[in-house]
Amino acid sequence: MFSDIAQYFRAETLPHIWCPGCGIGTVMAAIARAIKTLQLDQNKVIFVSGIGCSSRLPGYLDFNTIHTTHGRALPFATGIKAARPELDVFVIMGDGDSSAIGGNHLIHASRRNIDLTAIIINNSIYGMTGGQTSPLTPHDKRGTTSPFGNLERPFQILELVKAAGATYGARATAYHNQLLTELVMDAYNNPGFSLVEAISQCPVSYGRRNKFKTPADMLLWQKEHAFKAGQRAPREEDFQIGEIFKSQAPEYTREYEKLRQKLREISLDG
Amino acid sequence: MNRARLMQGNEAVAEGALAAGVLFYAGYPITPSTEIAEIMAERLPLIGGTFIQMEDEIASMAAIIGASLTGLKALTATSGPGFSLKQENLGYAIATEIPCVVVNVQRGGPSTGLPTSPAQADVMQAKWGTHGDHPIIVLTPSSVQECYELAVIAFNFAEEFRIPVILLMDEVIGHLREKVIIPPKLTIIDRKRPAVPPGEYIPYENNESMIPAMANFGDGYRYHVTGLTHNEKGLPTGNPEVTKNFMRRLTQKLNPYLDRIQLVEEVQLDDAELIVVAYGCTSRSALEAVHIARGAGLRVGLFRPITIWPFPQKQLEKYANRKYLVAEMNCGQLVGEIERIFGYKSVERLNRLDGELITPQEILGKIREVVHYV
Repeated sequence: MFSDIAQYFRAETLPHIWCPGCGIGTVMAAIARAIKTLQLDQNKVIFVSGIGCSSRLPGYLDFNTIHTTHGRALPFATGIKAARPELDVFVIMGDGDSSAIGGNHLIHASRRNIDLTAIIINNSIYGMTGGQTSPLTPHDKRGTTSPFGNLERPFQILELVKAAGATYGARATAYHNQLLTELVMDAYNNPGFSLVEAISQCPVSYGRRNKFKTPADMLLWQKEHAFKAGQRAPREEDFQIGEIFKSQAPEYTREYEKLRQKLREISLDG
Repeated sequence: MNRARLMQGNEAVAEGALAAGVLFYAGYPITPSTEIAEIMAERLPLIGGTFIQMEDEIASMAAIIGASLTGLKALTATSGPGFSLKQENLGYAIATEIPCVVVNVQRGGPSTGLPTSPAQADVMQAKWGTHGDHPIIVLTPSSVQECYELAVIAFNFAEEFRIPVILLMDEVIGHLREKVIIPPKLTIIDRKRPAVPPGEYIPYENNESMIPAMANFGDGYRYHVTGLTHNEKGLPTGNPEVTKNFMRRLTQKLNPYLDRIQLVEEVQLDDAELIVVAYGCTSRSALEAVHIARGAGLRVGLFRPITIWPFPQKQLEKYANRKYLVAEMNCGQLVGEIERIFGYKSVERLNRLDGELITPQEILGKIREVVHYV
């Protein structure tokens, strides 16, 4: 079934650890297909992740892969990219990982506009630890640490990174798999900090507590609530998919290389 | 070429790191270490390297590990509060065996403490600050010359043994200005890289040397790095047998090399009745006190551990059956090692916590209490 992208997997690491019905596997396939279509050099692709269910993703892929500490994927990735800008660096994060413990790194990677392709797999919950509320859990929804409904409001994560200086933001879902592949490709092609929010389902730790009877119900929810720009007026729980914003700004590693060049010229003149 | 230069301790660390081949620095401003970052910001882009000021101390530690994984020698510098924040990813670098050098210019603590005053109270944190059983190498310079030389050695140790090395300074040594003679020839060690093609590379191989070869990310050796307990391929495991082997190699990997790692200075120890043990800025006062005491006919010597972790037990054990006086600017941290070796009854302590240096007179006073006659 996955023979088209089998070359990108470490067969010995499979089967994966994700629960039945989890969306991370289909997101992983969408990302692998983006890399295949982009025809990237497998030896030059780096995958960096933090900690959590989604951050186990790089371990299954046959690239240079690094599973770092909770929330810290972006500064590790920044070190790799700043040291060797010719590498293609993909960063896989979860919603709690990227927006709570890693929130500071997220806004600063955006501000630097460093050329990383970041993907937040947003399943609205801390799955690995058993279903605690994250900063992306919707208001009123239940987690084990919000047993009476979430009092807090979630981040609008794409608006957050846009305001912080990111130059590309897009959203798709586990259900909109082909669109996700296309958006990951666009994100890769954007020379700057790019974020794709991949809305995914966690049937075990989120769905069961929030009136989703089956994983299929959660995929249908993704299908029904997603809309494209201009398609219709959004209703409650609706969210826009596709490219959300794109802009141009100086990219960190290119600016640093310009600085090196300038200093070289000055020292040659001097 | 005149090889003598007047330098500040922090500057000497920066120059030593550059001489060792550092090409990447990530940091966050903090007193009293900031000069190192400032020098790196100016120098690294001139030599094709990279300086990046990160959003916090945690990110700085993460960034140098990432850079090191691509093959560059990488440095960060901080002080107590920042060192606390770095512990998370310091543990990551230890577990994943990624070489890097972390400078901690100690200031008074706990918490924000005394930002512009010296202390030596991060000795135990340097050893055990990050969770879990682990090895670490910690070096303590006591002069500006040694700041330069130990910066080079720190990189050599980090590269050879695939381990983070802590250069544990203090505010006095960091801001001291002294003459440095730039060594005409330096020994520079680079990490061992794989001698086999990618298909045969085992990134965490349990080989005879106990130190696996390390491939650069991006050079065709595709492998996995994780802070989870991992097998020789770098893949996560919960298998007790694999875990045992991983932990055995990780925690014992320095053992075959201790003689080279454990650096000490020994001053007039052979006939010493009393051995003063001191390191960093305190050892300067201790040396002066020993000279004065010797002048007065007292049989006193100085044992200065330059490498404090792993503690140079074998070197000190040569001088058994004496009295020992451990002077340090904390409540008594390294003294535990000396008490462990010789028993607490033969060990005196001299501690100071007010942000002021321990003076030669204070040490001399304590010497006179212990050694009453010639």
